Amino acid sequence: MKRAFTAAIAATILAGAAMAETVAPGDVVYEDGAVAASLTGAAGSADEGATVMSSKSIGNCISCHQVTALNDAPFHGDVGPTLDGAGDRWTEAELRGIVANAKKTFDESMMPSFYKVEGFTRPGTAYTGKGIDAADITPLLSAEQIEDVVAFLVTLK
Amino acid sequence: MKFKALTALSGVLAITAAGAVSADPDDDTLVINGEIEIVTKTAAPEHMEYIDEVMSGWHFRSDETQAFELDDFDNPGMLFVEQAMDVWDTVEGEKGKSCADCHEAVEDSMKGVRAVYPKYVESAGEVRTLEMQINDCRTNAMGAEAWKYDGDDITNMVALISSVSRGMPINVAIDGPAEMMWEQGKELYYTRTGQLELSCANCHEDSYGMMIRADHLSQGQINGFPAYRLKNAKLNSVHARFKGCVRDTRAETFAPGSPEFVALELYVASRGNGLSVEGPSVRN
Repeated sequence: MKRAFTAAIAATILAGAAMAETVAPGDVVYEDGAVAASLTGAAGSADEGATVMSSKSIGNCISCHQVTALNDAPFHGDVGPTLDGAGDRWTEAELRGIVANAKKTFDESMMPSFYKVEGFTRPGTAYTGKGIDAADITPLLSAEQIEDVVAFLVTLK
Repeated sequence: MKFKALTALSGVLAITAAGAVSADPDDDTLVINGEIEIVTKTAAPEHMEYIDEVMSGWHFRSDETQAFELDDFDNPGMLFVEQAMDVWDTVEGEKGKSCADCHEAVEDSMKGVRAVYPKYVESAGEVRTLEMQINDCRTNAMGAEAWKYDGDDITNMVALISSVSRGMPINVAIDGPAEMMWEQGKELYYTRTGQLELSCANCHEDSYGMMIRADHLSQGQINGFPAYRLKNAKLNSVHARFKGCVRDTRAETFAPGSPEFVALELYVASRGNGLSVEGPSVRN
């Protein structure tokens, strides 16, 4: 933490402001599945989060979850629970932990881990069916996108 | 129902909250040409631990899609069966033989064959799919070139061979010399692959009947293969479908015809023991 803090200060000085250091997937600290601190050091955008969640090419969360607030996008799946009221049921830290790696909260959850880059069986290059070098794996969502989704989810009350 | 309690509960919550369409498989019955009765639901074979009733993918499709299978004149897959029928009688290869020269009428000699494949072939000392057997015939008995494992020629031929067994119960052996490969296939079925970390079981055992976006998840039964898909307007083989599914978990797939997919086909086929041979079926 101290190192991250120092780095954050350095980055802030270097960038002149705003840009805090992003927490890498391997450095995320989970406590009972929850992640207290923002992965970017800043708050996300709920509007962007809605886009991430309803876009097939990004998060595509509605593929498995029904969300009334996103009813403009068609065909919500029902493999996972509805996310209506998620902001009442979970704290922001819990929601961040679930989006980043739901398996830390729900053992053996079917939900993909959106902020994880290792521990996969036969990982591939996107949806090509071809393999990928472990070093080239990037998380399914960026730290910014995770924060945007969290910012949207806390509004679901 | 047969879902694990928690999964079922979340499903109910989602449907209630959305006020959305109910996505349960339907209770229609399938009789082809007014005479071939197809068992599309039956008690699960003993080896299955988590499912009580097995169901053909036919139940998970719309009435319009289902109707294509009621009459061979409406089933686009049967056009490819007719093409394969011509090939059956066509001489090919250095030995100057057609399929018919050895096997005579396909509706007699191949009746029941689809129902027991993949199976351990004593003379070959290995578990073989129908595709492997067909290519063995081509290269050894006919002196012809092997067909591409999941190409159109071989898939159409598999469809012809399947079509003459329609209505007969799938009865794939899982013991004896097939057991080791069956175990391998089972392990693969439950392995969560790719960056999405999804196994066959996640979707087709834990979540069948539910929706992933606009897709209605079936049990992933293969009794209806080869399947004519409205999506690509041709017959699709089992291994081509496996490849597509594994790819969609953001994984490195196995190759059609690979030992891994042969093992998986044996295992998945055995999960349909008791259902009728239905191929060529029609799906989305």
